[in-house]
Amino acid sequence: MGARLISLVLLIAAWYAGSQLAGARLLPDPQAVALAIVDEARSGALAFNLGATLARVAVAFTLAMALGSVIGLVMGRSRLADRLGDPWLIVLLNLPALVIIVLAYVWAGLTETAAIAAVALNKLPIATVTVREGSRSLDRALDDMAQVFRMGVWTRMRHVVLPQLAPYLAAAARSGLSLVWKIVLIVELLGRPNGVGFEIGVAFQLFDVTRILAYALAFVAVMLAIETFLVQPLERHVSRWRPRSA
Amino acid sequence: MLGELAFSLAGGEVAALVGPSGCGKTTLLRIIAGLDGDFEGSVALPAHGMLGMVFQEPRLLPWRTVEQNVRLAAPQATDAALDTLFQALGLAAHRDHYPGELSLGLARRVALARAFAVEPDLLLLDEPFVSLDDALAARLRDELADLVNRRPVTTLLVTHNVEEAIGLADRLLLLSLSPARVLADVPVTRPRTPRTADELAAMREEIAKRINQAHL
Repeated sequence: MGARLISLVLLIAAWYAGSQLAGARLLPDPQAVALAIVDEARSGALAFNLGATLARVAVAFTLAMALGSVIGLVMGRSRLADRLGDPWLIVLLNLPALVIIVLAYVWAGLTETAAIAAVALNKLPIATVTVREGSRSLDRALDDMAQVFRMGVWTRMRHVVLPQLAPYLAAAARSGLSLVWKIVLIVELLGRPNGVGFEIGVAFQLFDVTRILAYALAFVAVMLAIETFLVQPLERHVSRWRPRSA
Repeated sequence: MLGELAFSLAGGEVAALVGPSGCGKTTLLRIIAGLDGDFEGSVALPAHGMLGMVFQEPRLLPWRTVEQNVRLAAPQATDAALDTLFQALGLAAHRDHYPGELSLGLARRVALARAFAVEPDLLLLDEPFVSLDDALAARLRDELADLVNRRPVTTLLVTHNVEEAIGLADRLLLLSLSPARVLADVPVTRPRTPRTADELAAMREEIAKRINQAHL
């Protein structure tokens, strides 16, 4: 904890030193950025834009995780599904995020649906590949056990399959969350009238580095809070049965 | 792997399939349990066909407690029935433990409890005491015999250990090496009662004789 704090203090000190060297126009000092955050918060713009971006992150993330999990599970269990789906996955995995976004806007217009679909489609193949890996490593012995004792589909899913997939789902969620919010900002920059990405776009045109940093920091703080208060407790709960050594 | 093979069990009877390692005993159990569809022949299960099975390994869900493991397999089991079962198998103190916190002996007891909790029409036991030390295996065998005496259940036990089979079964089915077939069908007198060393030796001799006869 102490080491983390020192590291953080060092970062702020380096930032301050940098701003003295580069000048306030290129790199405003921490105090100016803090004041800008307070200003934006007072006017209500910060909450509004953060809210818009978070809503997009939440919807796109949920969509991609849900679809990716189902497709990954099916591809991991069925050879045929794996053969059929694999080329699509490779294409999607290697399509640059920007191409998907631009095409979505061209085909569906500058709409909310296009924005969210583009983000979800960027995250989908990664979630699928991760869950497929987990689905391939499911324990046959436990499957047999569930079959002999005639467990229902729902019981099997919840008590036999999902706990085995939990580490893979957690990995997909973790990497997914950070990827999704970065892509959401680009989507907003290119074709949405609000959100953190839009604000940063405006600030870029005005060469307002203070505002860019203010929004970026506020958003990172929110994501950090989600990670600390939502993702980590959830992981602890899911892995409560593991002997506490690692 | 399996040769021509036919046998049937009377209701409430405990039969032991005894044969050398690798003669296909586990495959046979998997076929009966419906886990292996790749065979020629037919399997007729009792009326409702509810199966209880103890695998060679405990096969518990590591992320569920002992009690949850049993309840998930036997959702219809009453609290009273589970209390009795946990008591009889010495698991009362471990209901809230996770399988990772249990010794192998305890985990096997949980597997037994799970198989009994479903009140099976047919109980399949696949080498249920393998890789336990002798004393522990003997104690678990006695507890199992006790459970079977208390509530008779049609049981098919697979083992390579003749003594274990004599200790539990009403009837021994001796299998040959693969392709497996039934060499002899030996009834056990006074099943599941304590025996002297002399009695045991006599039974072993009888079994050896039967096997020799079958080979002639």
